[in-house]
Amino acid sequence: MSAEGAATAIRIVDVTHRYRKHAALDALSLDLPTGQLVGFIGPDGVGKSTLLGLITGAKKLQAGTIDVLGGPIDDPAHRRGVSPAIAFMPQGLGRNLYAELSVRENLEFFSRLFGQGQKERDIRIAALLSATGLAPFADRLMGKLSGGMKQKLGLCCALIHDPKLLVLDEPTTGVDPLSRRQFWALIDAIREHDPELSILVSTAYMEEAERFDWIVAMDAGRALFQGSPAELKGEAEDLETAYRRLQARGKMPSAPDVVPDKRTDAEPVIVARGLTRRFGDFTAVDSVNFSIHLGEIFGFLGSNGCGKSTTMKMLTGLLPSSAGEASLFGKAVDARNRELRREIGYMSQAFSLYGELTVHQNLQLHARIFAIPDQEARIDELTERFGLNAHRETLAAALPLGIKQRLSLAVAVIHRPRVLILDEPTSGVDPEARDSFWALLVELSRGENVTIFVSTHFMGEAERCDRVSFMHAGQVLAEGTPGDLIAAEGADSLEGAFIAILEAAEPPAPVAAPEVSVDATSAESGGGVGRAAAYARRETVEVLRDPVRLAFAFVGSALLMLVFCFGITLDIEELDFAVLDLSQSPESRAYISEIAGSRYFEPTPPLESAAEGRQRLTAGEVSLVVELPPDFGRKLRAGEPTEVLATVDGSIPFKGETVEGYVAGLHQTFLDALARDSGVRQPEIARIEPRFRYNQSFESIAALAPAMPAILLIMLPAVLTAVSVARERELGSVTNFYVTPTTRFEFLIGKQLPYIAIAFANFLLLTAMTIVVFGVPLKGNPVPLAIGALLYVWATTSYGLLIATMTSSQVAATFATVIASVVPTIQFSGLLQPVSTLEGGAQTIGSLWPSSYFLHLNVGAFTKGLSWEALGPDILALACFGPVLTVIAALSLRSQEK
Amino acid sequence: MQRLRCIFWLGLKEMMSLRRDWVMMALLAWSFTLAPVMEATGVASSVNNASIAFADEDDSPLSRALAAAFFPPEFQPVVQIVPGTGAAAMDAGRFLFVVAVPPGFEKDVRAGRAPEVQVLIDATAMEQAGIGASYIANILSAEIRRFAIGADLVDPPPVDLVLRSAFNPNRDAVRFAGIVALIGQIMWLTTILTGAAMIREREHGTIEHLLAMPLAPFDIAVAKIWANAAVVLVAGWLSLTFILQGSLGITVAGSKALFLLGTAFFLFTATALGVFLATLARSMAQFALLVMLTVLPMLMLSGGQTPVEGQPAWLQAGTLILPSRHYMSASQSIVFKGAGVETVWPEFLWMALLGTALLATSLLLFRRSVAQER
Repeated sequence: MSAEGAATAIRIVDVTHRYRKHAALDALSLDLPTGQLVGFIGPDGVGKSTLLGLITGAKKLQAGTIDVLGGPIDDPAHRRGVSPAIAFMPQGLGRNLYAELSVRENLEFFSRLFGQGQKERDIRIAALLSATGLAPFADRLMGKLSGGMKQKLGLCCALIHDPKLLVLDEPTTGVDPLSRRQFWALIDAIREHDPELSILVSTAYMEEAERFDWIVAMDAGRALFQGSPAELKGEAEDLETAYRRLQARGKMPSAPDVVPDKRTDAEPVIVARGLTRRFGDFTAVDSVNFSIHLGEIFGFLGSNGCGKSTTMKMLTGLLPSSAGEASLFGKAVDARNRELRREIGYMSQAFSLYGELTVHQNLQLHARIFAIPDQEARIDELTERFGLNAHRETLAAALPLGIKQRLSLAVAVIHRPRVLILDEPTSGVDPEARDSFWALLVELSRGENVTIFVSTHFMGEAERCDRVSFMHAGQVLAEGTPGDLIAAEGADSLEGAFIAILEAAEPPAPVAAPEVSVDATSAESGGGVGRAAAYARRETVEVLRDPVRLAFAFVGSALLMLVFCFGITLDIEELDFAVLDLSQSPESRAYISEIAGSRYFEPTPPLESAAEGRQRLTAGEVSLVVELPPDFGRKLRAGEPTEVLATVDGSIPFKGETVEGYVAGLHQTFLDALARDSGVRQPEIARIEPRFRYNQSFESIAALAPAMPAILLIMLPAVLTAVSVARERELGSVTNFYVTPTTRFEFLIGKQLPYIAIAFANFLLLTAMTIVVFGVPLKGNPVPLAIGALLYVWATTSYGLLIATMTSSQVAATFATVIASVVPTIQFSGLLQPVSTLEGGAQTIGSLWPSSYFLHLNVGAFTKGLSWEALGPDILALACFGPVLTVIAALSLRSQEK
Repeated sequence: MQRLRCIFWLGLKEMMSLRRDWVMMALLAWSFTLAPVMEATGVASSVNNASIAFADEDDSPLSRALAAAFFPPEFQPVVQIVPGTGAAAMDAGRFLFVVAVPPGFEKDVRAGRAPEVQVLIDATAMEQAGIGASYIANILSAEIRRFAIGADLVDPPPVDLVLRSAFNPNRDAVRFAGIVALIGQIMWLTTILTGAAMIREREHGTIEHLLAMPLAPFDIAVAKIWANAAVVLVAGWLSLTFILQGSLGITVAGSKALFLLGTAFFLFTATALGVFLATLARSMAQFALLVMLTVLPMLMLSGGQTPVEGQPAWLQAGTLILPSRHYMSASQSIVFKGAGVETVWPEFLWMALLGTALLATSLLLFRRSVAQER
């Protein structure tokens, strides 16, 4: 079955796609016509996004075939060839855009990915911006745009390279009706300008389906219907009813009827007067007034970001108001008043229960917090009434969206609140689930006199409310019963009334198709290098605008350098010691003054007994106890052999051994002096001359300071690089890599370059600190050192890339990188123990680890004063790590989503 | 009463959530099993397996006896090298120590001319170089003295030095490193778990949900603190019993219960630090970076890696406000020296005071950060 006369742009045969056990697409076959506006309709979770992802090549095909623009999309050569002809705008407003970049910078990035020259880029961007009315906001950061503007920017970015196939996944979800209408006007203008363009759009709003040339109605991974809207509609009054009938397979469920609310004189329950909330200089809610009476269902309409959620949070006491007041049951709402919260049931926007708990555990937790009597009975009652019985032991995260919403409502009403505040409870839920949800609301309102304040995008839902209020840019533009509002604006529907009110408040910018003169299109320039450079450029801008990452990169390394160098010094002096002098003779006092007079030890009050010595060692008050026997002086004078007992605190092995060394040295000095004074034959037999090479004074700082960059320059750059890749995956902008001609190498190297630069700047900073702060002179040749450092940070950033390709989230990437970089560096690179002294496997790891070579290089250049010929082998070894690690990272990076 | 019950239930919820967070569970498993084992057995902080070469130009019975005095595990088998090549071999990193015996060494000793043995030491290998140098000097002088006494060149020394290593007679480095590693893991994990639990709640939007119920920010934070502290305390106890004592054979001189009590005091501060960092960070990734910048210095300066006496005086005074230093010191006293509560109570008091101060600050900040949220 194909659209008559139209050629086939996309042929889908027997495609099945599974996420674990769940089949998102189930043996789906479709032929989609070219040059048409094809719409995929159906609620969340029926497989629309999966299908669009597969068509654009963002997702990897599992089973079946998809031919796009004349070839199979799972053929890498074909995919690469056609990717410049495809544009994809994924679900979620601005999900593939970059929040830290301005509107213009976003467009420039996409333009560079498609190899457009400077002149062409400027012309195209100017045309797109003026066509969409975004020109005045060109320098605003994408993250600060409203929903409607994000959507327009997303479209601009998709159109920058003149695609033949434009794929838009739910472009209008969460956008106000006026922006939606403008969006479709823009699409119409573009199609008129370029009739060849094929457009695939998915939507959850059935009413939008009227404008499509070709409709695919989906449910549970299959196509229920494909054909023209007229065919789908048949005798049904509208498309939503038609879809509902398809879904119910002939059965005809009815929307719940709301018994009109006659009690307009009932007591007011929720009252807001001049309610205002400011964030900095931005006014999110501006003097809002309303009064909602007992048992009323009050609808709150408006686009994303217009202030609905903020208003609702102020009513629940989650957010203090900047001005004005809100009251419930005549009592002012106060964040501190916990008793008042027992009257409120609140459902926040999006699902916000504990996904990692089961349905029953979620209900139980809330029942316990509210200290409800007879908890199990109440939970049983609610699971029964909300149809959750079959899911009692299912994890909430694994529930279908419709069931999740029912669970949220069950949780919100578990303590029998008299007021319900529901923030977009039904967004994304299929029509049938929405109906059953509303049936519950009606029951609560009419049956139990619960006052309900609900926000929604759906006009159908708004029509069921007793009264509605339109909100836009923080202000309430109109309020009244749906019928009154329609009548007042002279519109034919609530949506028409809404648009009329919005247009009166803020005249919309005109839209037109972007006009690009043909001669402006240049041949491809830049190619792979250009794309890698585009990524590098974008990454640089983003890092420079993220204070935390920037601080981590520079302040972090300097701080850790200071801490390490001051904290790890191994020169221990002025240790406390105590003496038990049982001899009390001139000889014993001479022995003691030998120890006390050295710079290593500081005397503490003398001991009374051996037990006291033990106790002071245990308490850590002294590190050494010296015991001189009662006959020490006498025997020494008599020339008889005697002994001294030195007890060292050996609990810290390194410290203990150092102390033992000090004591042995001082003992020998005493003996030498004694030999000189008495006639004992103690000639010097041989001298043992230690020569501390590279570091004559044997100060630990001279060895330590140059060793630190080896560990800091692997940890920080690897973490930063890993986070940058994982972040892109977590936020969704990695889609741009999947669907543009960018190769894996271009993507990785582009992301890596800024971090190599940052890491090298860090190397310079650490080197300067070593010389200036720690006073360790650079004795060797700085040129081979700098080359080695550059190669080292190339290797360490590549290592970060490699770890990022194997982890799924930023958190996992951070911890995995820290463990996988710090542990081998400390253990095996020779930081604590020279590689030559490691044994077996440890030595193998050490010799395959870049830090070993850089440590040797940096320490060598600083303290050993080595130059080219001695440092050459290290540089050669370091040069191998970067390329090898980059290649492994590229091979393990997925170029499509699973 | 109801408030306490809420805190208890919320804490229980915390544990159930943690059980399903595989990243944190993997981190927990790694930190309390493999990580301390690797740290304990991987590094020997005393002389171990050191590479040593002899440039012997004498080749006499005495010089051969000197070379034979070095053996494993402290030293690798002695390598005889051509005289004069020691410096180059050291540049290449082949040897840490090179002993040069001059020609006619034994003859000069017998003649009382006090010849010189040179020991080249790679001073860039910090811990090994310092201790190794005195080790080698001691071994060489003992060997030469024995030769001299045997040949009746000198009298035996009038005063003998008897050195005793208290608490650790065998110079067991594994025991020390194992305990320090465990303490380090406790510091990391507690901060990370508590902070991550806080941020997870915020990122999933569930914190609003909790705040819309009759709960104060204080209740939420306290629930997280007790739950995560309990998890770490149990994990630490298991790790001490089964990994350190069981598999590494480390002995605990003092009372294990007292060590765990000290740990409980410390957990108080570490969880408070987690809450504090979580209020500063806007995302989990930022939090992970912040943790590294705070916990790593705390750990380095605690006296576990290197002795506190090694820090400059001004820094020693500064690190007194680090709870990690008091925890490390108390733990070492209990585990290595068998100290009782009468010895370690001042450290416990320090930890309690610092913990309370930090916790009070974090709770204040937490409440403010919740209020500012959009």
